[in-house]
Amino acid sequence: MSISLAPPHVSEQTFTGLRCKECGHMYELGPRHVCEDVCFGPLEVVYDYDRIRSRVSRATIEAGPTSIWRYRDFLPVAEEPIDVGTGFTPLLRAKRLGRALGLNNLHVKNDGVNMPTLSFKDRVVSVALSRARELGFTTVSCASTGNLANSTAAIAAHAGLDCCVFIPSDLESGKILGTLVYNPILMAVKGNYDQVNRLCSEVANTYGWGFVNINLRPYYSEGSKTLAYEVIEQLGWQLPNHIVAPLASGSLFTKIRKGFQEFVQVGLVDDKPVRFSGAQAEGCSPIAQAFQEGRDFIKPVKPQTIAKSIAIGNPADGPYAIDIANRTGGNIAAVSDEEIVEGIKLLAETEGIFTETAGGTTVAVLKKLAEQGRIQPDELTVVYITGNGLKTTEAVASSIGQPFTIEPQLASFHTAWEQAQASHPHLT
Amino acid sequence: MSVQVLIPTPLQVHTDNQASVSVEASSVGELIQALETSFPGVRGRLRDEKGNLRRFLNYYVNSEDIRFLDNEATPLKAGDEVSIVPAVAGG
Repeated sequence: MSISLAPPHVSEQTFTGLRCKECGHMYELGPRHVCEDVCFGPLEVVYDYDRIRSRVSRATIEAGPTSIWRYRDFLPVAEEPIDVGTGFTPLLRAKRLGRALGLNNLHVKNDGVNMPTLSFKDRVVSVALSRARELGFTTVSCASTGNLANSTAAIAAHAGLDCCVFIPSDLESGKILGTLVYNPILMAVKGNYDQVNRLCSEVANTYGWGFVNINLRPYYSEGSKTLAYEVIEQLGWQLPNHIVAPLASGSLFTKIRKGFQEFVQVGLVDDKPVRFSGAQAEGCSPIAQAFQEGRDFIKPVKPQTIAKSIAIGNPADGPYAIDIANRTGGNIAAVSDEEIVEGIKLLAETEGIFTETAGGTTVAVLKKLAEQGRIQPDELTVVYITGNGLKTTEAVASSIGQPFTIEPQLASFHTAWEQAQASHPHLT
Repeated sequence: MSVQVLIPTPLQVHTDNQASVSVEASSVGELIQALETSFPGVRGRLRDEKGNLRRFLNYYVNSEDIRFLDNEATPLKAGDEVSIVPAVAGG
């Protein structure tokens, strides 16, 4: 009797080093994030694309797990990763939202239902903590506007890592509760995100922890590429024409582009131009301001917006985001808090997706660009929804309807239904 | 006047592995010169070839980004804390 066994996983690493994005200086694959020998530019993971090309095909990817780890050869993790089912979130054809905006080929990538903590941050944290474990860290940490704290605390709990996370103290209650439930140490800092981030950099100088967005940043940020890979695969192995994504630090934007380019480079998808458009809230729009003024440098701002998850006043990857929007013929625009709330409601009412303020920002910018004719009606457009609305209910609580409270009697229902019809004329 | 400077890990190789050092300076620009006097070679890490502050290093005086103050001319007084921090992403 013959027994067929699956071939053992070839554990050869596909990533080979870290390279400074500014000056090209190379470093070994350790816990470091800046070009410490030369210019302090950000470091990026370098891959052996010939090796990747020889190992992956559409078929091998399609046969992989329904998580980000189906793209494992494109991620900087050497050993068995932490797989909590992160990724492979729905890509919806958004016909009703498209009709409302005059867009005929609109798709929504819904990371508001990502696992385990309902935001795209689960992607980056799954990669960062997998790498943290193999680099020998036993305590992990981060500076967060909320979603990253949720995700770091949850995945650390699953992996049995100690966890201490830092957030601004004025975050939405859902984001605080959604971190505390995993029982990490939570430091609520009396300051904005940029102050929290600075404090964490100082802590990282003397505590030997793995900070997902500091000394693990080159690995962490690579997780965002899976948002590009999945969209390619879910569109039937093609690139979109145009993407719209929120901009906080700018990292997500740059990594979606890197993901598209990598799949082209290894021959998994045909190349074509993709326009990149970014969304910010007016109350924290340093990247949009620089783009509108034709600057290639960022003037930091002090955030004042309900879109707290993207309220980064000093965005490290801002210059790269501006460069990408310019090179690809995209745009970067900002919307008011009122427009953000309307964006949340529009997505919910047309597509049944409840997103948080970052998603409201993105939908509002999508609407604005469509109205300005900056997105063509037939462009295959993907809008990235990165978080879940149940985490920021405060933002919409006063802007949505109220229930009709009625007696458990038919007459009471009849009266209420007539009132409902009066305010909703399409009801019959 | 004496101010305290927080040194990021990658620069501690220049500061005898000290995470915090004390220097005499009355502005951020002077502080960089004072660091160079104490730790020769560190200036070339803080400024680029043109002499400008490197764009990926942020400077904070008592937690405030000097780009909200007066950049290199930002005045310092005794007891101030200056933090040098490489830019990081987040979210």
